[in-house]
Amino acid sequence: MNKERRPNGAAFAIALGLAALGALLIWQGLAIPDKGGYAGIGSGAAPKAIGGGLIVLALCHVWTGLRSSSLPHPHQNWAAIGWIVTGLLLQLFLLKPLGFTIASALLFACTARAMGYKKLQIALPVGLVLAFVVYGVFDGLLKLNLPAGFVENLIYRG
Amino acid sequence: MEAFGFLLQGLATAMDPMLLLYALLGVTLGTMVGVLPGIGPALTVALLLPVTYGLDPAGSLIMFAGIYYGGMYGGSTTSISLNTPGESASIVTAIEGNKMALAGRGGPALATAAIGSFVAGLLATLALAFIAPSVVKLALIFGPREYFALMMLAFVTVSAAFGDSAMKGLTSLFIGLALALVGIDGLTGQTRLAFGMPQLLDGIEVTTLAVAMFAVGEALFVAARIEGADVKVHAIKGAVRMTATDWSRSWKAWLRGTAIGFPIGAMPAGGADIASFLSYGAEKRLTKYPAEFGHGAIEGVAGPEAANNAAAAGTLVPLLTLGLPTTATAAIMLAGFQQFGLQPGPLLFVTAPTLVWGLIASLLIANVMLLVLNLPLIRIWIKLLMIPRHWLYAGILLFATLGTIGVNPSPVELVQLTIFGLMGYGMRLLNYPIAPVVVGLILGPMAEQQLRRALSIARGDWTTLVATPLSAGLLAVAALALIVPMLMRARGRGAVLSQVAADED
Repeated sequence: MNKERRPNGAAFAIALGLAALGALLIWQGLAIPDKGGYAGIGSGAAPKAIGGGLIVLALCHVWTGLRSSSLPHPHQNWAAIGWIVTGLLLQLFLLKPLGFTIASALLFACTARAMGYKKLQIALPVGLVLAFVVYGVFDGLLKLNLPAGFVENLIYRG
Repeated sequence: MEAFGFLLQGLATAMDPMLLLYALLGVTLGTMVGVLPGIGPALTVALLLPVTYGLDPAGSLIMFAGIYYGGMYGGSTTSISLNTPGESASIVTAIEGNKMALAGRGGPALATAAIGSFVAGLLATLALAFIAPSVVKLALIFGPREYFALMMLAFVTVSAAFGDSAMKGLTSLFIGLALALVGIDGLTGQTRLAFGMPQLLDGIEVTTLAVAMFAVGEALFVAARIEGADVKVHAIKGAVRMTATDWSRSWKAWLRGTAIGFPIGAMPAGGADIASFLSYGAEKRLTKYPAEFGHGAIEGVAGPEAANNAAAAGTLVPLLTLGLPTTATAAIMLAGFQQFGLQPGPLLFVTAPTLVWGLIASLLIANVMLLVLNLPLIRIWIKLLMIPRHWLYAGILLFATLGTIGVNPSPVELVQLTIFGLMGYGMRLLNYPIAPVVVGLILGPMAEQQLRRALSIARGDWTTLVATPLSAGLLAVAALALIVPMLMRARGRGAVLSQVAADED
């Protein structure tokens, strides 16, 4: 395994996240009126137990974080992450108004951009054609219900 | 020999032309997607699950089984032809297979992988057919406490027993268990952790989580690595066939690999990774040509490839007979069953015998189809490796979102895809295993229900959990599987365990 991929400040951040999640589960578990029944434990028991487990794991992370020294963090290309997340969000918001084909073509082009392919004028048409074919195959042949926009309505339902 | 009769009936079912077509479609798609670099069997089945939504249960499950086997075959092609394996179970194949390809012996390497996968798949599927009825009978004496103990064992083997840190594995598992709590409690109808959002009442979909963590997470991880130039594909020189020496060196390795792989897959003892790793170790010890190991020994490809496919078939034993998924791939397969309201387990063998035996028989058929697809057509599959990375991942993300949109085009679902994708990226970056999250999500509620049922029957007496030798024994094995590796790591012998890290499957 690549040791470089284990920065240490991360251990404390993860510990914090795990503790927060654990506390949330315990709080939610306690909020459930527990009527145990024959079993003696009810719906609230599992959240409390798993929440407790998460807090123990958070403590383990603090412990390992204190014991080992910080390792160099490999440089991450945050712009690429941004492109993919943008693509996903564009698809999410444009799916209903513009339909599957256009929204997915934008995701396609953004992902290609994230992978270092800069020619948007090529990526976008390729994405459009692919998404359009995928729509036809899945909505038409495989009976999946994909949101239609004006492109789909115009061509497939013409 | 009742299994034999059932199997013949199953073959009669599976020979239906329409079902044969679905099987062929499944193996073709499975191989195609499985070959793509960076896509393992778990992601292959998760991505292709939507393809089967519109079909009837029999057609859909048979296609799905074909996808599963096809994905396993496809991965070996990738690991021999590229230096980055397509699936973790093929990492050991990559050690020798890649060396063979570099030395111009890629043809024999691919041939021994394909034929070995065929032999192992055939034997292991037959073993599945013959063992299944006995396990079903055994399952009938299983009560809630035995199921609970079995699930504890599955939790430990998938999260803490292998890999480089028990803490990381358990963290992944507990994240999965926490996500599993979202929605309505199956026993009391109590809503938990939905925070007033009606979309969360049904809980978090296994397929959404799996696709997000494996596909979106992987795409983010690859995109964020700056240096990553496109990996080089080794041209396959020579015919995809083996010489007499290759055959004589391969066949024993195939059989040994099958013998190692099937039991490991069948018991909740980790997935195909562990099987192929152990097989590689066995071949290295038994070989007559120790000097060749590390430089392209054919046994090092034949054994692990057979083991990996045998384990894939073995995983179906607990899945079909007990309804117990022990790997991420099996967890997604279970989700595939559940979309038709089918719950695998002993009851399914009684209520839907044609379906179950048709499925098992179609695995045999899929295996034959795969041999035909893989030997003569291998060059076509290798062409797929040449797809540039940007088109590949753009396409993967399109398909990843397609599945989610097709099932439930709600913004909540797509937001989950993005959030879990980012989580999967972070976990990859920091070396946390992904599979335990997926297994925790699907097994968590099942384990909770069995525990509460067991306690209800015993009126709250916790000692009931260890009251039968079987449940006590299973829990003891689970405890050992947790503690022994921890001690091994503490004594600096953890390197062996990290090598077997179950990454994807």
